[in-house]
Amino acid sequence: MNEVDRSIINHMQEGFPVCERPFAMLAEQLNLEENELILRVQALRDDGTLSRFGPLYNIEMLGGIYCLVAMQIPEHDLEKVIEAVNSYPEVAHNYERTHELNVWFVLAAESESQLEDLLADIETQTGYPTFAMPKLDEYFVRLKFDA
Amino acid sequence: MESALNNNGLDYIEHQLIASIQNGLPIADRPYAEISDQLGISEAEVINRISSLIERGLFKRFGVVVRHHELGYRENAMVVWDIADDQVQAVGNQIKSYPFITLCYRRPRQLPEWRYNLFCMIHGKSRNEVTLLLEEMISENDWCDVPYEVLFSKRRFKQCAANYISQPGIKT
Repeated sequence: MNEVDRSIINHMQEGFPVCERPFAMLAEQLNLEENELILRVQALRDDGTLSRFGPLYNIEMLGGIYCLVAMQIPEHDLEKVIEAVNSYPEVAHNYERTHELNVWFVLAAESESQLEDLLADIETQTGYPTFAMPKLDEYFVRLKFDA
Repeated sequence: MESALNNNGLDYIEHQLIASIQNGLPIADRPYAEISDQLGISEAEVINRISSLIERGLFKRFGVVVRHHELGYRENAMVVWDIADDQVQAVGNQIKSYPFITLCYRRPRQLPEWRYNLFCMIHGKSRNEVTLLLEEMISENDWCDVPYEVLFSKRRFKQCAANYISQPGIKT
C-alpha cells in the first residue's frame, strides 16, 4: 500500500460524501482525479484491504442484535464446523482463538427469537453446544485505524 | 422478517434502501444514481434519505471499514476479565481510556464454564507488543489480582459484515 492509498483510507474512515458526485468531491480534497480515486477504491476493495465500502449499520437502531458466540470444537472437527458456521450469512468475524473455547464468531439477528433459532440450528448442524455472550453494556468501540 | 423493523421509525422505502446497500455502495462516479435505478426512485431522493438516515444515527459509519490485519495490525487479542458486578462499569471506563483498546463490552458470565464478564480487544502488530501493552495496563492499575485471560486470534475464518436485513418485495 502506498501513501496515496493510506491517505484515501484515512480520509474515507471519516466518512463518504452524500451528493451526486461523491468521488469527485473527495478526489478534490485528496488532489486526485475522480477516475483515479474510483479505481483505487475498487482495487482496495478487491484486494480485501477494505472490508466494507458504504454503511456500517447501527444494528440496535435498526431493531436487530449482535451476539458473540463461542464454541469448543476439537481439532478433528474444526474444519467441518467452521464450514458449517461460515455458511450462515448472519455470521461475521469468525476466529479461532487460543483457548478451550476456540471458535468465536458474531451472529447478527433481527430479533431475540431469531437469534435463538439460529443458535439452535447451529447446534443441530454442528453437533456442538454454543455459548451465547450478548453485549450487556458497551463502554467503547473504536472504529478507525491509522493506515 | 419485517417485524423487527416495524418499531424503529423506518418507512418502506428506507427499509428497501438499507437492504439494497447493506453489502456496500456501488463504486462508480454516481453511486446514488445506480441505487436509485434499482429502487425506482430519484437520485435526489436517495441522497436525501441517506443523509437523513445518517443524521438519525442509523449508521455507525458511512465510509469505509478496513481489515485491520491488512494494515499491519496482525494480532488481535480478546482479553476477558472477571470483575465484581458492582465494579465492572468503573473498570470498563478505565480500560477504554487506553489508546490501544478497540472494544470494551460487558457480557454475561456463563457459569460454570465461563467466569468472565468484561471483554476488551487489543489490536497490535505482534503478540509481544500486545502482551507488553496489557502488562503495562495491569501494573498501572494494580490489577495483578484480577482474574483474566488473553485469547489471541489463531486463524481468521471470516471477517465481513453480517447480512440480516431482509428485502421487502425484492427477491434476493
